[in-house]
Amino acid sequence: MHWQRAGFSNVGFSKIRLSKTGSSGLWPWLCAACVALSLLMLVSLLTLLAIRGLGHFWPASLEEVTLNSGDIVIGQPVRETALPNGAGTERLYFTGNQEVTGNNWQWIAIDEISQQSEPADLIRVARTPWGDFIGRLVAVESGELRLTQHAAWAFIHEALTLPVSQRPPGILLLATADGRTLRQPLASVTHFQSPNAMSWGQKTIAWGQRIWQFLSEGPRAANTGGGVWPAIFGTVLMVILMSVIVTPFGVLAAIYLNEIAHQNRLTRLVRISVRNLAGVPSIVYGVFGLGVFVYGIGGSIDSWFFSDKLPSPTFGTGGLLWASLTLALLTLPVVIVATEEGLARIPDAQREGAVALGATRLEMLTRVVLPMATPAMLTGVILAVARAAGEVAPLMLVGVAKLAPQMPVDGEFPYLHLERKFMHLGYHLFDTAFHGEDVQAAIPLVFATALLLVLIVLLLNLTAIFLRHYLRRQRGNEC
Amino acid sequence: MLASLSSENVAPAPVMRFSAEQCCLSIAQFYLAYAGKTALHDLTLDLPRHHVTAFIGPSGCGKSTLLRAINRLHDLNESVTHSGHIQLEGQDIHAPDMNVTELRRRVGMVFQTPNPFPMSIYENVAFGLRLQQRLPKRKRDDIIEWALTSAALWDEVKDQLHRSAWQLSGGQQQRLVIARTLAIKPDVLLLDEPASALDPISTLKIEELIRNLKSQLTLVLVTHNMQQAARVSDYTAFLQQGELVEYGPTDQVFTNPRLQRTENYITGRIT
Repeated sequence: MHWQRAGFSNVGFSKIRLSKTGSSGLWPWLCAACVALSLLMLVSLLTLLAIRGLGHFWPASLEEVTLNSGDIVIGQPVRETALPNGAGTERLYFTGNQEVTGNNWQWIAIDEISQQSEPADLIRVARTPWGDFIGRLVAVESGELRLTQHAAWAFIHEALTLPVSQRPPGILLLATADGRTLRQPLASVTHFQSPNAMSWGQKTIAWGQRIWQFLSEGPRAANTGGGVWPAIFGTVLMVILMSVIVTPFGVLAAIYLNEIAHQNRLTRLVRISVRNLAGVPSIVYGVFGLGVFVYGIGGSIDSWFFSDKLPSPTFGTGGLLWASLTLALLTLPVVIVATEEGLARIPDAQREGAVALGATRLEMLTRVVLPMATPAMLTGVILAVARAAGEVAPLMLVGVAKLAPQMPVDGEFPYLHLERKFMHLGYHLFDTAFHGEDVQAAIPLVFATALLLVLIVLLLNLTAIFLRHYLRRQRGNEC
Repeated sequence: MLASLSSENVAPAPVMRFSAEQCCLSIAQFYLAYAGKTALHDLTLDLPRHHVTAFIGPSGCGKSTLLRAINRLHDLNESVTHSGHIQLEGQDIHAPDMNVTELRRRVGMVFQTPNPFPMSIYENVAFGLRLQQRLPKRKRDDIIEWALTSAALWDEVKDQLHRSAWQLSGGQQQRLVIARTLAIKPDVLLLDEPASALDPISTLKIEELIRNLKSQLTLVLVTHNMQQAARVSDYTAFLQQGELVEYGPTDQVFTNPRLQRTENYITGRIT
């Protein structure tokens, strides 16, 4: 209610507060408890995501375990579970070497372990096919050269700083726990470390590097490894496109409803309908987008302009444009309602003041009313962005892809490819969690992706909030 | 109240006429209705140029409605219908060839609550100017200084022209609004209870300002405050239930009203 204190902004109107003690009884405490509970849930959500998500990137120690049977297992201990009927506990090891053992994981009962150590020469190698290798380095062969020990390590570390195309040809000879030797070409190695030999500082650096790789690289191994950069890019691009579509659309609609239309029963009906649209389940919008945008409009565009490529569709299949339009439609009510409320809060005195100075209706709108309603519009956009960035269900129908081979923006004319499918963090999360081959390996990535999604929504919101704050400050309106 | 009105059986107020040179605004047989409900009934009065005319009367008597009719602010509300004539300098303001924005430029208006726009002090005063033509900055600065000086605000704000107008006090805001109106050089200034939301000192400043502005333009003042009408205005029109009851020089209306109804209202004996 800022206009009522227009001239008195330096006079503080303190709110009347209920005393928590005194005669008002228990209910202020009840209210406070509800706030505390919500805060607690929020904090535990973020903490869980942060610990499970970020912890995954920490270079964990590797253990070499000798079993009672004489077998040797090398791996990273992940968690322990109690066996039924009090038969002790068993521990899950991430052992890697999928092409050798056929499985990345191994459960070992604690009772079976006869010896356990953390030798410094254990290594972990990340490779593009087959995932991680865990074991020992025997030697490196590069042409005629055969390097062992420190020379081999130095050679590998230097080679890995180069992009794949510039690396010297080389083959790593790797020994598994049961004594078999693997020949691993250097070109397909993405990562090479010996966590047991690393200091805390080195581990921290490696941790930062792996987080950066997670953020900046494309996914590997059917989304159970690698990074999420295409998904981040797709999410942000889609949300920006959506905002660009929905903001002018929603603002103009709100202006019509609030400033231009005659206020009668029909206007009220339209207003109620718009508000109710906000409650329609999002998957319904997905179905609408599929039917109208993809098959209807997209199909027509294809038959008019891309008939030479038919039957393979160009716009007649899900894509970035249709996803943005569907989400714009989904968030339209939010923008309309927020803008309308902002417009309704502007006192008529402001409108009359402008008109009385000889402003036309359009001048009044553009020079006085709209600038005053900008913070409300931005609030609407903030809410829209928050909703759109987390929406997954409709996207599955109108354009999101499990793995998009091409980014929607590249150096090829017309640079922004609206018809391409794109990756989205929310869908990536879903896909990693339920559609991967190796669910155990995917779990930490799910947490990391969830944390990232929350952070991106937060970042987009903060941008809009700062923009709104800046606009208010500019006008000296502190409320 | 109705009983006391009907019991008094007097002829309607004689029409006070001014010659064409003296007359700025001429209202004749003016009717106005909100959604079919009559708000102004058969009003006929002339307002003299370079004088202050006050409209007084109880709440809902139509004085603000009349004021707003003079610069056609009612155009914004579709439910308002009217008949009769209002002439500004001999020109019918409802004539088809009358440009409404031009009319509003010539007839400025100041409202009850200060309504500066959410911009800097400078931009507020420049608002009306920018709507009209592109002026060189130098010229615009001169007009803004002149307007703020005329509104007795220049000395208080000259060092902070680019501060937000919303940070001024209520009285300063109201003078800023007057300056904003003066900047586009209107012929008539309509003031709708301009001091009712202000403290006594700000009120005095506004009243002094009104008296000083008389030499430049014609002022019409709506007020609830009898003393203010008596202090500031040259002519007073007393309206009741949409009708003009009495109109004459302020001295005469306040000291020797023709009708008992007027005297009752002025002396506060209205029920």
